[in-house]
Amino acid sequence: MAEKKSLGKELTKGFLDENPVLRLVLGTCPTLAVSTSVESAVGMGLAASIVLICSNVVISALRKVIPSKVRIPAYIVVIASFVTIVQMLVKAFAPSLDEQLGVYLPLIVVNCIILGRAEAFAGKNSVVASAVDGLGMGIGFTIALFLMGFIREFFGTGTITISLINGGQPLWNSLFGENPILIFILAPGGFFVFGMLIMLANKIAEKKGKPKAQLHSCKACPMFATCTAQEKEDCDR
Amino acid sequence: MKLFSILLMAMLTQNFVLAKFLGICPFLGVSKKTKTATGMGLAVIFVMVLATAVTFPINLLLVKNGLEYLQTIVFILVIAALVQLVEIVLKKYMPPLYNSLGIYLPLITTNCAVLGVVLLNIDNGYNFAESMVNSLGGGIGFLIAMVMFSGVRERMESSDVPESLKGLPITLVAAALVSMSFLGFAGLVENLFGV
Repeated sequence: MAEKKSLGKELTKGFLDENPVLRLVLGTCPTLAVSTSVESAVGMGLAASIVLICSNVVISALRKVIPSKVRIPAYIVVIASFVTIVQMLVKAFAPSLDEQLGVYLPLIVVNCIILGRAEAFAGKNSVVASAVDGLGMGIGFTIALFLMGFIREFFGTGTITISLINGGQPLWNSLFGENPILIFILAPGGFFVFGMLIMLANKIAEKKGKPKAQLHSCKACPMFATCTAQEKEDCDR
Repeated sequence: MKLFSILLMAMLTQNFVLAKFLGICPFLGVSKKTKTATGMGLAVIFVMVLATAVTFPINLLLVKNGLEYLQTIVFILVIAALVQLVEIVLKKYMPPLYNSLGIYLPLITTNCAVLGVVLLNIDNGYNFAESMVNSLGGGIGFLIAMVMFSGVRERMESSDVPESLKGLPITLVAAALVSMSFLGFAGLVENLFGV
């Protein structure tokens, strides 16, 4: 019973309390880059989640075999393999998504969330717990991307277009007529919406008595473990 | 002429950080002071150009053997190994350079900007010279964005920010404004060179 309860916690912690994007500030590059529409944002979220779950399971299963000195390169190989598999699947079954995500699909390999979870969780915990952790973090990542994508597409085009629903037509006519607030789907809009979402997440966290989201440029960096003590000190400064 | 337009495009209109969102982590994380921002930017230029020079022939080899699907795995490993190697060589033979750039090197291994530029060169079908120029321009663009943004942040430290925006949110809003200034370059390359 106790085991079950803790697994539930592992699952839901990624949704809000430890949301990888809004609380831990990881994986910011894809969050900003592909959130111009709901469709590409959710597609990216799902693709990254699959890689995250699979790599978490494999890394956790191999955690006693991989020597700790070469664990980072080993993790990178595992993750890169799954990214390649997902890349092939997306190319074969969802070519339009492949076009939208472009170079960001192979770049899942350097998504800090995945290497970060491998280092922080999968390398130390059982296979089942790691799978659940991957699922929870993946869902959290997808939620954050969906929010970003929805806000940006809603204001940037005035409507939402999803190719699987309504035959690829917009779900409703643009609310802003001919002149939507274009800046939202341009680069500055991405930074701005992300800033506002972080502010909201901070507010919710504050009510629960938790600290604000901080960018740990170094501690969040998956290569942190390979730094020497001197480098760690310089880096935090 | 084409090389120059690629350079300008990578530096300004298609800036890696502000338009393509590659390398956001160091952009937000290492930009508190202008000095560290400059060091990081220089290290990124160095690694980007080097990585392109090394991965270009490797890609030719992969294509020749019909192994294009291995690109992601091979490139990330080559870049990781390369960065480690550069770190060791710099430490041994060029201590002054190592002291100024060395601490940023581990951060760069898993930086999207470096893998991103390598993959973009292939996607765009650039030849060797064009790839090198694109990487150089991308690196310089990264440096420009980092230094500009660190200047904004240094000014922001002494300003009165609303309580709920303090910390990361105001940093992102500032990034949005810096990025908006780069929108001003839109159409520059097209008009200059008629591409």
